[in-house]
Amino acid sequence: MIDLAIKLVLAVFVFFGVLNLAALHTWLERKQSAVIQDRIGANRASILGWRLMGLFHPLADSIKMFMKEDVVPAGVDRTLHLLAPFFSVFFALVGFAAIPFGDRFVIGDRVIDLQVAKIDVGLLYIFAMLSLGVYGVILAGFASRNNYALLGGLRATAQMISYEIALGIAIVGVVMIYGTMDLEELVRAQGKTLGGWIPLWGIVVQPVAFVVFLTAALAETKRVPFDLPEGESEIIGYFVEYSGMKFGMFFLADFLETIMVACLATTLFLGGWQVPYLMPDGFHFPWGATVPLAQWTYVLLGVASFSIKVVVFCWLFMQVRWTLPRFRYDQLMRLGWLGLFPISVVNVLVTASVLAFFGD
Amino acid sequence: MAVKVVRRCELTLWEKLYVPLILGGLKITSAHFFRNLFLHSAHRLGLLKHLRASVTFQYPEESRPLAARFRSRHRLTVREDGTPRCVGCMLCETVCPAKCITIVAGEHPDPNVEKYPVRFDIDLGVCVYCGYCVEVCPEDAIRMDTGILDVSAYSRDEMKLDIHELMNPALRKPVGDCSLTFPHQCRLADGQMKGGW
Repeated sequence: MIDLAIKLVLAVFVFFGVLNLAALHTWLERKQSAVIQDRIGANRASILGWRLMGLFHPLADSIKMFMKEDVVPAGVDRTLHLLAPFFSVFFALVGFAAIPFGDRFVIGDRVIDLQVAKIDVGLLYIFAMLSLGVYGVILAGFASRNNYALLGGLRATAQMISYEIALGIAIVGVVMIYGTMDLEELVRAQGKTLGGWIPLWGIVVQPVAFVVFLTAALAETKRVPFDLPEGESEIIGYFVEYSGMKFGMFFLADFLETIMVACLATTLFLGGWQVPYLMPDGFHFPWGATVPLAQWTYVLLGVASFSIKVVVFCWLFMQVRWTLPRFRYDQLMRLGWLGLFPISVVNVLVTASVLAFFGD
Repeated sequence: MAVKVVRRCELTLWEKLYVPLILGGLKITSAHFFRNLFLHSAHRLGLLKHLRASVTFQYPEESRPLAARFRSRHRLTVREDGTPRCVGCMLCETVCPAKCITIVAGEHPDPNVEKYPVRFDIDLGVCVYCGYCVEVCPEDAIRMDTGILDVSAYSRDEMKLDIHELMNPALRKPVGDCSLTFPHQCRLADGQMKGGW
């Protein structure tokens, strides 16, 4: 019973944390682009004269989305048309269950994993959920009974499936080195250090996989420079026939997937909740100094470390979005199949050889 | 005719790698980002106000600096005793290409000043802001230097300025009380003459 309650609290915590971060993404998108381009950005929404640097704009946005008329064109497949945005958001959200956002917490004889669902093959689960997200896209294109939406949906599906392969193979190297698919074990394995100084994070042992993963992840989440499926103003995307909150849900799913990918990148390559030189009983610096810490400070530091890394990744994705122009479709496919795919395969082969000859 | 051969630039290997160039682009955007972020933060603390963090002018609160010769809404200049400098010579009314100026002249008690405007109206809905009235005035009695450029109204009548608003650019419609002491045709008194020398 208490276990169930703890899981419920964790789920609510993750759920609201992630949804709020997604809402903040609309603010981040506006403000960061403004600051990059020497502008100020949206700052007019106010409550009782308080503007808080435009932080009320996400609120105003969501109110607008909910209030808007939901236009369902005549001739659409009503069931699928309704289901598609829910699919997108649902599969984007459930993946977060397997993300460990902190080390285990011991109260008395009860061990609490800061992870909603401890799944042995968490990595596979998350990838399955990411792949199922394609259904939302293809269903939206199909159910709209609009040729342009269907083409947009096909474009998006082709892109997501192509890059999923590179994404998946890039991960294999990391999995081989740490020898586990359990994300918590994977993070724990990254707590070691190389020669006492360099933390043995995924980015240190698998730098090529890191770059491939980031690129493929950007494509997977349909962010600029791979945002052909949406093509906000130029090409018609798969959600032309959506309005109001259904359209908003596609946008939300987009931001959720971005956060998902940021969480994955953090977990796999930046040591998840690991803080350099922080052991469960405190800091052990390589020059010999130690700072003992209570258990709750240790866990809190871990959660903070995880959150900061995720936010940094979100920032990086946004920075890339406002730096690069969009790919052409053939360039996109060439990069996916002739660039990232061979690189990731070679990376796996090299990793395997190194492990076979020099591994323990 | 000579043929100009345009040579396509092939990408070098370094450029084809793509990653270094992406990093270069990120360097530029990040430099802007962190510079502006730092300046915005400093402005919050009241520091470094002379360095602008953005090129934006928050318009209704903050207006752009105007050029010295910018032609904005008209005003009538005033003598030391508060009466208009205008001597009712009708030059501006005559030169006005849009015919938006209406002057009714009256006799001034000072023999050195021939006349003065009993009425001086400008219909801004008709005015083309050419500035000829300013150029032609021999008395420097009309100027276009108020810096007011957000002239807008809900009706054509509201676009018409009379002598009260022209002599006091701070006045906004609806004009409440008449503070002019010299005799003039006062709209606030139903077009009757008001005031005395």
